[in-house]
Amino acid sequence: MSLRWFNTASHYGLVAIIMHWLMAMTVIGLFALGWWMTELTYYDVWYRRGPELHKAIGIILFGVWVLRLSWRQINAKPSPLAHHKPWEIWAAKIAHLLLYLLMLLVFVSGYMISTADGRSIEVFGLFSVPAFVTAIENQEDLAGDIHFYLACSLIGLALIHGIAAIKHHLFDQDNTLRRMFNPNLKD
Amino acid sequence: MNLKKMTFRAVVLLLAMNSTAALAAAEDYIIDTKGAHAFIQFKIKHLGYSWLYGRFDTFSGTMKIDEKNPENSSIEITVDTASLNSNHAERDKHLRGEDFLNVKKYPTSTFKSTSVKKTGEGTGLLTGELTLHGVTKSIEVPISYVGGGKDPWGGYRHGFTGSTTLKLKDYGIDYNLGPASTEVELLLDIEAIKL
Repeated sequence: MSLRWFNTASHYGLVAIIMHWLMAMTVIGLFALGWWMTELTYYDVWYRRGPELHKAIGIILFGVWVLRLSWRQINAKPSPLAHHKPWEIWAAKIAHLLLYLLMLLVFVSGYMISTADGRSIEVFGLFSVPAFVTAIENQEDLAGDIHFYLACSLIGLALIHGIAAIKHHLFDQDNTLRRMFNPNLKD
Repeated sequence: MNLKKMTFRAVVLLLAMNSTAALAAAEDYIIDTKGAHAFIQFKIKHLGYSWLYGRFDTFSGTMKIDEKNPENSSIEITVDTASLNSNHAERDKHLRGEDFLNVKKYPTSTFKSTSVKKTGEGTGLLTGELTLHGVTKSIEVPISYVGGGKDPWGGYRHGFTGSTTLKLKDYGIDYNLGPASTEVELLLDIEAIKL
Protein backbone atom coordinates (compact mmCIF):
# COMPACT_ATOMS: atom_id res chain seq x y z
CA MET A 1 0.00 0.00 0.00
CA SER A 2 1.55 3.21 -1.11
CA LEU A 3 1.04 6.51 0.65
CA ARG A 4 -1.45 8.82 -0.98
CA TRP A 5 0.20 12.26 -1.16
CA PHE A 6 -2.40 13.96 -3.34
CA ASN A 7 -6.08 14.52 -2.70
CA THR A 8 -8.67 12.47 -4.59
CA ALA A 9 -12.37 13.07 -5.13
CA SER A 10 -13.12 11.25 -1.88
CA HIS A 11 -9.93 11.45 0.22
CA TYR A 12 -7.53 14.01 1.58
CA GLY A 13 -3.94 13.24 0.69
CA LEU A 14 -1.13 13.10 3.23
CA VAL A 15 0.20 16.59 2.38
CA ALA A 16 -3.18 18.25 2.99
CA ILE A 17 -3.66 16.25 6.19
CA ILE A 18 -0.24 17.14 7.59
CA MET A 19 -0.65 20.83 6.75
CA HIS A 20 -4.13 20.85 8.31
CA TRP A 21 -2.98 19.48 11.67
CA LEU A 22 0.29 21.36 11.69
CA MET A 23 -1.54 24.65 11.14
CA ALA A 24 -4.28 23.78 13.63
CA MET A 25 -1.75 23.12 16.39
CA THR A 26 0.36 26.15 15.48
CA VAL A 27 -2.64 28.51 15.42
CA ILE A 28 -3.74 27.31 18.85
CA GLY A 29 -0.16 27.51 20.11
CA LEU A 30 0.32 31.04 18.78
CA PHE A 31 -2.98 32.13 20.33
CA ALA A 32 -1.93 30.77 23.72
CA LEU A 33 1.56 32.27 23.40
CA GLY A 34 0.12 35.64 22.36
CA TRP A 35 -2.28 35.67 25.28
CA TRP A 36 0.39 34.65 27.77
CA MET A 37 3.21 36.89 26.55
CA THR A 38 1.11 40.06 26.71
CA GLU A 39 0.46 39.38 30.41
CA LEU A 40 4.15 39.00 31.28
CA THR A 41 5.89 41.52 33.50
CA TYR A 42 8.87 43.59 32.41
CA TYR A 43 11.42 41.55 34.35
CA ASP A 44 10.28 38.18 33.01
CA VAL A 45 12.86 36.39 30.82
CA TRP A 46 10.09 35.67 28.32
CA TYR A 47 9.08 39.33 28.09
CA ARG A 48 11.32 39.63 25.02
CA ARG A 49 11.61 35.98 23.95
CA GLY A 50 7.84 35.44 23.82
CA PRO A 51 7.08 38.12 21.24
CA GLU A 52 10.18 37.21 19.17
CA LEU A 53 9.03 33.59 18.99
CA HIS A 54 5.41 34.61 18.30
CA LYS A 55 6.44 36.84 15.39
CA ALA A 56 8.89 34.36 13.85
CA ILE A 57 6.45 31.44 14.01
CA GLY A 58 3.69 33.69 12.65
CA ILE A 59 5.76 34.59 9.60
CA ILE A 60 6.58 30.94 8.91
CA LEU A 61 2.93 29.98 9.36
CA PHE A 62 2.00 32.56 6.75
CA GLY A 63 4.37 30.77 4.36
CA VAL A 64 2.66 27.46 5.13
CA TRP A 65 -0.71 29.17 4.59
CA VAL A 66 0.37 30.19 1.08
CA LEU A 67 1.62 26.65 0.37
CA ARG A 68 -1.59 25.15 1.69
CA LEU A 69 -3.84 27.32 -0.45
CA SER A 70 -1.68 26.66 -3.51
CA TRP A 71 -1.80 22.94 -2.81
CA ARG A 72 -5.56 23.20 -2.44
CA GLN A 73 -5.80 24.85 -5.86
CA ILE A 74 -3.74 22.27 -7.76
CA ASN A 75 -5.38 19.27 -6.07
CA ALA A 76 -8.70 17.53 -6.41
CA LYS A 77 -11.26 18.68 -3.84
CA PRO A 78 -12.64 15.78 -1.83
CA SER A 79 -16.42 16.06 -2.11
CA PRO A 80 -18.56 16.24 1.02
CA LEU A 81 -19.96 12.99 2.32
CA ALA A 82 -23.08 11.98 0.40
CA HIS A 83 -25.50 11.96 3.32
CA HIS A 84 -24.60 15.48 4.55
CA LYS A 85 -27.46 17.92 4.24
CA PRO A 86 -27.13 20.85 1.79
CA TRP A 87 -27.06 23.41 4.62
CA GLU A 88 -24.31 21.47 6.38
CA ILE A 89 -22.26 21.44 3.19
CA TRP A 90 -22.74 25.16 2.70
CA ALA A 91 -22.01 25.99 6.35
CA ALA A 92 -18.84 23.90 6.22
CA LYS A 93 -17.72 25.56 3.00
CA ILE A 94 -18.27 29.06 4.39
CA ALA A 95 -16.54 28.13 7.66
CA HIS A 96 -13.51 26.76 5.80
CA LEU A 97 -13.19 29.90 3.66
CA LEU A 98 -13.61 32.10 6.74
CA LEU A 99 -10.90 30.16 8.58
CA TYR A 100 -8.49 30.82 5.71
CA LEU A 101 -9.52 34.48 5.52
CA LEU A 102 -9.27 35.06 9.27
CA MET A 103 -5.83 33.45 9.35
CA LEU A 104 -4.65 35.78 6.60
CA LEU A 105 -6.06 38.86 8.35
CA VAL A 106 -4.49 37.83 11.66
CA PHE A 107 -1.10 37.40 9.91
CA VAL A 108 -1.35 40.79 8.20
CA SER A 109 -2.56 42.70 11.28
CA GLY A 110 0.13 41.14 13.47
CA TYR A 111 2.79 42.02 10.91
CA MET A 112 1.50 45.60 10.82
CA ILE A 113 1.91 46.04 14.59
CA SER A 114 5.59 45.20 14.65
CA THR A 115 6.50 46.94 11.40
CA ALA A 116 4.53 50.15 12.09
CA ASP A 117 7.71 52.11 12.80
CA GLY A 118 9.62 50.72 9.82
CA ARG A 119 11.34 47.95 11.80
CA SER A 120 11.53 44.57 10.14
CA ILE A 121 10.59 41.22 11.69
CA GLU A 122 13.45 38.83 12.41
CA VAL A 123 12.76 35.15 11.82
CA PHE A 124 15.13 33.11 13.99
CA GLY A 125 18.11 35.03 12.62
CA LEU A 126 17.55 33.32 9.25
CA PHE A 127 15.95 36.19 7.39
CA SER A 128 13.94 39.28 8.15
CA VAL A 129 10.72 40.59 6.68
CA PRO A 130 10.88 44.33 5.98
CA ALA A 131 8.18 46.87 6.83
CA PHE A 132 5.80 47.70 4.03
CA VAL A 133 2.99 49.89 5.40
CA THR A 134 3.98 52.44 8.06
CA ALA A 135 1.92 55.53 7.32
CA ILE A 136 -1.37 54.75 9.07
CA GLU A 137 -1.92 56.96 12.10
CA ASN A 138 -1.37 55.02 15.34
CA GLN A 139 -0.99 51.95 13.15
CA GLU A 140 0.33 49.73 15.95
CA ASP A 141 -2.74 50.40 18.12
CA LEU A 142 -5.27 49.91 15.33
CA ALA A 143 -3.51 46.80 14.02
CA GLY A 144 -3.23 45.54 17.61
CA ASP A 145 -6.98 45.78 18.20
CA ILE A 146 -7.73 44.09 14.88
CA HIS A 147 -5.15 41.36 15.57
CA PHE A 148 -6.67 40.63 18.99
CA TYR A 149 -10.34 40.50 17.96
CA LEU A 150 -9.73 38.55 14.75
CA ALA A 151 -7.50 36.05 16.57
CA CYS A 152 -10.32 35.51 19.09
CA SER A 153 -12.78 35.09 16.19
CA LEU A 154 -10.44 32.62 14.51
CA ILE A 155 -10.17 30.51 17.65
CA GLY A 156 -13.95 30.71 18.16
CA LEU A 157 -14.62 29.54 14.60
CA ALA A 158 -11.97 26.81 14.88
CA LEU A 159 -13.73 25.61 18.01
CA ILE A 160 -17.07 25.40 16.16
CA HIS A 161 -15.26 23.64 13.28
CA GLY A 162 -13.84 21.10 15.76
CA ILE A 163 -17.16 20.57 17.53
CA ALA A 164 -18.85 19.97 14.17
CA ALA A 165 -16.22 17.35 13.27
CA ILE A 166 -16.67 15.60 16.62
CA LYS A 167 -20.45 15.71 16.16
CA HIS A 168 -20.14 13.93 12.79
CA HIS A 169 -17.78 11.39 14.35
CA LEU A 170 -19.73 10.57 17.51
CA PHE A 171 -23.37 11.16 16.58
CA ASP A 172 -23.49 10.59 12.82
CA GLN A 173 -20.62 8.05 13.04
CA ASP A 174 -19.42 8.98 9.55
CA ASN A 175 -15.96 9.43 8.03
CA THR A 176 -15.76 13.25 8.29
CA LEU A 177 -13.11 13.23 11.00
CA ARG A 178 -11.54 9.88 10.06
CA ARG A 179 -10.62 11.01 6.56
CA MET A 180 -8.75 13.98 8.06
CA PHE A 181 -6.39 11.43 9.65
CA ASN A 182 -6.14 8.60 7.16
CA PRO A 183 -5.39 9.16 3.46
CA ASN A 184 -6.04 5.49 2.68
CA LEU A 185 -9.38 5.18 4.46
CA LYS A 186 -11.61 2.31 3.25
CA ASP A 187 -15.14 3.47 2.41
CA MET B 1 -2.71 126.93 19.84
CA ASN B 2 -4.69 126.10 16.77
CA LEU B 3 -7.17 123.34 16.41
CA LYS B 4 -4.88 121.28 14.22
CA LYS B 5 -2.12 121.17 16.85
CA MET B 6 -4.60 120.33 19.62
CA THR B 7 -6.02 117.42 17.68
CA PHE B 8 -2.52 116.13 16.96
CA ARG B 9 -1.59 116.26 20.67
CA ALA B 10 -4.80 114.49 21.65
CA VAL B 11 -4.12 111.68 19.18
CA VAL B 12 -0.51 111.30 20.40
CA LEU B 13 -1.73 111.20 23.99
CA LEU B 14 -4.38 108.61 23.20
CA LEU B 15 -1.87 106.40 21.38
CA ALA B 16 0.56 106.69 24.27
CA MET B 17 -2.10 105.75 26.82
CA ASN B 18 -3.19 102.89 24.67
CA SER B 19 0.29 101.38 24.40
CA THR B 20 0.93 101.79 28.14
CA ALA B 21 -2.30 99.96 28.84
CA ALA B 22 -1.28 97.20 26.45
CA LEU B 23 2.10 96.79 28.12
CA ALA B 24 0.58 96.61 31.57
CA ALA B 25 -1.79 93.77 30.74
CA ALA B 26 -0.91 90.20 29.82
CA GLU B 27 -1.15 89.59 26.11
CA ASP B 28 -2.41 86.51 24.32
CA TYR B 29 0.03 84.09 22.75
CA ILE B 30 -0.39 80.78 21.01
CA ILE B 31 2.13 77.98 21.46
CA ASP B 32 3.87 77.37 18.15
CA THR B 33 2.90 73.75 17.60
CA LYS B 34 2.08 74.51 13.96
CA GLY B 35 5.71 75.30 13.23
CA ALA B 36 6.83 72.67 15.78
CA HIS B 37 8.80 75.08 17.93
CA ALA B 38 7.46 73.52 21.07
CA PHE B 39 8.26 70.13 22.54
CA ILE B 40 6.84 68.03 25.35
CA GLN B 41 9.34 65.31 26.01
CA PHE B 42 9.93 62.85 28.79
CA LYS B 43 12.79 60.75 29.95
CA ILE B 44 12.81 57.72 32.19
CA LYS B 45 15.58 55.38 33.21
CA HIS B 46 15.78 52.01 31.51
CA LEU B 47 16.71 49.40 34.12
CA GLY B 48 18.73 52.15 35.79
CA TYR B 49 21.30 51.77 33.01
CA SER B 50 20.39 54.51 30.55
CA TRP B 51 17.89 57.25 29.77
CA LEU B 52 14.99 56.58 27.46
CA TYR B 53 13.49 59.62 25.72
CA GLY B 54 10.01 60.00 24.30
CA ARG B 55 7.73 62.83 23.34
CA PHE B 56 4.15 63.77 22.61
CA ASP B 57 3.78 64.74 18.97
CA THR B 58 0.34 66.37 19.22
CA PHE B 59 -0.63 69.09 21.69
CA SER B 60 -1.85 72.65 21.69
CA GLY B 61 -1.83 75.54 24.08
CA THR B 62 -2.07 79.20 24.78
CA MET B 63 -0.21 81.63 27.01
CA LYS B 64 -0.78 85.01 28.47
CA ILE B 65 2.50 86.84 28.82
CA ASP B 66 2.95 90.03 30.76
CA GLU B 67 6.35 91.44 29.86
CA LYS B 68 6.34 94.07 32.61
CA ASN B 69 5.03 91.80 35.31
CA PRO B 70 5.86 88.14 34.46
CA GLU B 71 3.97 86.90 37.54
CA ASN B 72 0.81 87.97 35.75
CA SER B 73 1.48 85.38 33.00
CA SER B 74 -0.23 82.03 32.54
CA ILE B 75 -0.23 78.94 30.33
CA GLU B 76 -2.67 76.21 29.32
CA ILE B 77 -1.70 73.07 27.42
CA THR B 78 -3.74 70.13 26.17
CA VAL B 79 -1.85 67.01 25.13
CA ASP B 80 -3.15 64.20 22.91
CA THR B 81 -1.86 61.23 24.92
CA ALA B 82 -2.18 58.86 21.95
CA SER B 83 0.48 60.91 20.16
CA LEU B 84 3.16 59.42 22.41
CA ASN B 85 6.23 58.56 20.39
CA SER B 86 9.34 56.82 21.70
CA ASN B 87 10.54 55.72 18.27
CA HIS B 88 9.44 52.10 18.79
CA ALA B 89 5.92 51.06 17.73
CA GLU B 90 5.66 48.04 20.02
CA ARG B 91 6.75 50.07 23.04
CA ASP B 92 4.46 52.97 22.11
CA LYS B 93 1.55 50.53 21.88
CA HIS B 94 2.37 49.25 25.35
CA LEU B 95 2.76 52.76 26.80
CA ARG B 96 -0.60 53.81 25.32
CA GLY B 97 -2.30 50.71 26.69
CA GLU B 98 -3.88 49.94 30.03
CA ASP B 99 -0.56 49.25 31.78
CA PHE B 100 0.42 52.90 31.38
CA LEU B 101 -1.44 55.90 29.93
CA ASN B 102 -4.65 54.06 28.92
CA VAL B 103 -5.23 56.59 26.15
CA LYS B 104 -8.59 55.13 25.15
CA LYS B 105 -9.98 56.06 28.56
CA TYR B 106 -7.82 59.17 29.04
CA PRO B 107 -7.25 60.63 25.57
CA THR B 108 -6.03 63.99 26.83
CA SER B 109 -3.74 65.30 29.49
CA THR B 110 -3.93 68.95 30.49
CA PHE B 111 -1.86 71.48 32.34
CA LYS B 112 -3.30 74.78 33.58
CA SER B 113 -1.05 77.15 35.46
CA THR B 114 -2.26 78.62 38.73
CA SER B 115 0.69 80.89 39.49
CA VAL B 116 4.02 82.11 38.21
CA LYS B 117 6.67 83.31 40.63
CA LYS B 118 9.84 85.09 39.66
CA THR B 119 12.82 83.39 41.30
CA GLY B 120 15.68 85.25 39.65
CA GLU B 121 16.81 86.98 36.51
CA GLY B 122 15.04 85.06 33.73
CA THR B 123 13.94 82.23 36.00
CA GLY B 124 10.67 81.41 37.65
CA LEU B 125 8.55 78.78 39.27
CA LEU B 126 5.45 77.73 37.39
CA THR B 127 2.73 76.10 39.49
CA GLY B 128 -0.32 74.46 37.98
CA GLU B 129 -2.78 71.62 37.82
CA LEU B 130 -1.64 68.61 35.81
CA THR B 131 -4.27 66.08 34.79
CA LEU B 132 -2.70 62.82 33.69
CA HIS B 133 -4.25 59.34 33.55
CA GLY B 134 -7.41 60.83 35.10
CA VAL B 135 -5.56 62.14 38.16
CA THR B 136 -5.25 65.87 38.81
CA LYS B 137 -2.36 67.12 40.93
CA SER B 138 -0.72 70.43 41.57
CA ILE B 139 2.85 70.41 40.28
CA GLU B 140 5.73 72.86 40.30
CA VAL B 141 7.87 73.39 37.23
CA PRO B 142 11.04 75.47 37.50
CA ILE B 143 11.29 77.42 34.26
CA SER B 144 13.73 79.73 32.62
CA TYR B 145 13.31 82.29 29.91
CA VAL B 146 15.32 81.47 26.81
CA GLY B 147 14.67 84.51 24.66
CA GLY B 148 12.15 86.50 22.72
CA GLY B 149 11.39 89.41 20.46
CA LYS B 150 10.58 90.00 16.84
CA ASP B 151 10.90 87.09 14.43
CA PRO B 152 12.11 87.59 10.84
CA TRP B 153 8.58 87.20 9.43
CA GLY B 154 6.75 90.03 11.17
CA GLY B 155 5.71 88.16 14.29
CA TYR B 156 6.66 88.39 17.93
CA ARG B 157 7.67 85.46 20.12
CA HIS B 158 8.91 84.33 23.50
CA GLY B 159 10.48 81.01 24.44
CA PHE B 160 10.86 79.15 27.71
CA THR B 161 12.28 75.88 28.95
CA GLY B 162 11.47 73.93 32.07
CA SER B 163 11.36 70.47 33.57
CA THR B 164 9.85 68.62 36.47
CA THR B 165 9.83 65.10 37.85
CA LEU B 166 6.69 63.04 38.34
CA LYS B 167 6.23 59.87 40.34
CA LEU B 168 4.28 57.50 38.07
CA LYS B 169 2.51 56.00 41.08
CA ASP B 170 1.06 59.43 41.99
CA TYR B 171 -0.88 59.22 38.73
CA GLY B 172 -2.10 55.68 39.23
CA ILE B 173 0.51 54.13 36.91
CA ASP B 174 2.08 51.27 38.82
CA TYR B 175 3.40 48.88 36.18
CA ASN B 176 6.70 47.55 37.46
CA LEU B 177 9.57 48.84 35.35
CA GLY B 178 12.04 48.23 38.14
CA PRO B 179 13.18 50.29 41.12
CA ALA B 180 15.18 52.76 39.01
CA SER B 181 12.23 53.62 36.79
CA THR B 182 9.47 54.85 39.09
CA GLU B 183 9.89 58.49 38.15
CA VAL B 184 9.67 60.24 34.83
CA GLU B 185 11.11 63.64 34.01
CA LEU B 186 8.97 65.93 31.89
CA LEU B 187 10.85 68.35 29.65
CA LEU B 188 8.97 71.37 28.35
CA ASP B 189 10.27 73.60 25.62
CA ILE B 190 7.76 76.19 24.57
CA GLU B 191 7.86 78.95 22.00
CA ALA B 192 4.76 81.12 21.85
CA ILE B 193 3.69 83.58 19.16
CA LYS B 194 1.83 86.77 20.00
CA LEU B 195 -1.67 86.83 18.55
